[in-house]
Amino acid sequence: MSEINAEQVAHLANLARIALTDEEIEHLTKELVQIMHAVEQVSEVATPDVPPTNHPIPLQNVFRDDVVGHTLTVDEALSGAPESDGSRFVVSAILGEEQ
Amino acid sequence: MSEHLIRLTAAELGARIAAGDVSSVEATRAHLDRIAAVDGAVHAFLHVEGERAIETAADLDRRRAAGEAFGPLAGVPIAIKDVLVTKGMPSTSGSRILEGWIPPYDATPVQRVRDAGLVPLGKTNMDEFAMGSSTEHSAYGPTHNPWDLERIPGGSGGGSAAAVAAFEAPIALGSDTGGSIRQPAHVTGTVGVKPTYGGVSRYGSIALASSLDQVGPVSRTVLDSALLHDIIGGYDPLDSTSIPEPWPSMAEAVRRADVSGLRIGVVKQLDSEGFQAGVRSRFHEALELLERNGAEIVEVSAPHFEYAVAAYYLIMPAEASSNLAKFDSVRFGLRVTPDGGGTVEQVMAATREAGFGPEVKRRIILGTYALSAGYYDAYYGSAQKVRTLVQRDFDAAFTTVDVLATPTAPTTAFKLGEKLDDPLAMYLNDVATIPANLAGVPGISLPVGLAPEDGLPVGIQFLAPAREDARLYNVGGALEQLLLAEWGGPLLDRAPDLSRHELFATEEGAL
Repeated sequence: MSEINAEQVAHLANLARIALTDEEIEHLTKELVQIMHAVEQVSEVATPDVPPTNHPIPLQNVFRDDVVGHTLTVDEALSGAPESDGSRFVVSAILGEEQ
Repeated sequence: MSEHLIRLTAAELGARIAAGDVSSVEATRAHLDRIAAVDGAVHAFLHVEGERAIETAADLDRRRAAGEAFGPLAGVPIAIKDVLVTKGMPSTSGSRILEGWIPPYDATPVQRVRDAGLVPLGKTNMDEFAMGSSTEHSAYGPTHNPWDLERIPGGSGGGSAAAVAAFEAPIALGSDTGGSIRQPAHVTGTVGVKPTYGGVSRYGSIALASSLDQVGPVSRTVLDSALLHDIIGGYDPLDSTSIPEPWPSMAEAVRRADVSGLRIGVVKQLDSEGFQAGVRSRFHEALELLERNGAEIVEVSAPHFEYAVAAYYLIMPAEASSNLAKFDSVRFGLRVTPDGGGTVEQVMAATREAGFGPEVKRRIILGTYALSAGYYDAYYGSAQKVRTLVQRDFDAAFTTVDVLATPTAPTTAFKLGEKLDDPLAMYLNDVATIPANLAGVPGISLPVGLAPEDGLPVGIQFLAPAREDARLYNVGGALEQLLLAEWGGPLLDRAPDLSRHELFATEEGAL
């Protein structure tokens, strides 16, 4: 499998919304190469005839009755927000100038 | 008086409180005093409730005096791993990104211990978002092992295990994604149980890997874990993976404690040269003791267990990278705005850069990679197939034996800092505990003695088929009884006296 490089790590960091520093990217690239090398051994036994398992205890179609239950009040829901206007979460601009 | 109260088990303390010999306030005060005396050295707690715990205990005492009926652990203090959200108590999951956050609701296991009359003492330290085996990845500094303060208490639930081992709390709540209850139990000479997946609600447990996480009990005795398991377990409509069927009493299984005719399988692949000599010798002595008391010991093979760690380090980061997307600086926790402002995405990226520690970043990037287009089948898809193969190994083993036995971890407690710069070496700590999480089966770790070469605790792990948690309590209860008779008292009686350590520290400070 292809070796992971610094450019890819920077791309992944962007996808994951983490503003990694150049030093972090360099360090992580080295570590990820080692870790991926170790975990690649799963392909030795993961042959086409083996079905994948998503969940350890199979359960299907978990529904509840369509009735109103206990929910958080607006004040409770906003209580931990970095910024709110009393009824809504407040965030900074969604689009940048060039967008 | 208070020195005596903190040495009692949760069951004994609950019985004394029920009999009116001791009040919940006295029991709670004794533990708060102990925390004040030793937690400077141990650092098991991230938050201590203090006088609020006394108020909770006083309320309980009043209600009992008024004739209200309670269960066996009512009035008993409990420590809560910081991964569980607690109404009115800070909940950080060991991360800077949630510093100071006070959740508006209780996790279901927390709600259930409150309803049962237990008294929350505070929140315990852990690796950030439960990512680690040593608590060294906590954003708030590591917890120290009460057996040797220079050594790790295990992880991620090192705080809960150390709190119980240091007599700061009789019992605690933990969570186990790849061994985070069982491995800390192993290195601190305590008991910990990972229930069957779906056996205890995950509602309000800050998710690491949703298909692997399970909340469970941490204690000094098998009976105490069982009593706590009976309180927190059972169906919860707020967790869609909760098992709806009723469960038998785990406490009854402990009291049965009968291993005659029990078939115990020793997993060949986890009884190898890679394990420390003293860990293996104590493990085999425990098995011989069980054999002398009627159990049948057979060797079984689980050929795919050797791929479990690799599969785990693909599935867990993949699920974590998705679960941790919610820390977006909008609804709760930290917000960091870049110099000169920025769009919501730039604020998000700056917040996550500042709020997450190195191990969390490592796993998010790893998980994002494993799930990315072009690699998904090779990594995540293959790991899920290994998951099937590990389950098949369990199924095959359980056709011939009732429970499986392994050493809980390859070594005793290592030194703080020893493996911090080598993530792969750290990951291998969980080689014996991870298969249970991949397959959803329950596991227990309980102490079987001290390794002769370093005098540090060693645990044995038992694993049972899914939904057969009671088998673990039966065999665990039996082994504990036999070992106590052999030792003449609990293993923790041999742990160093921490109050003296603190005394020396105070004297040095006075000079």
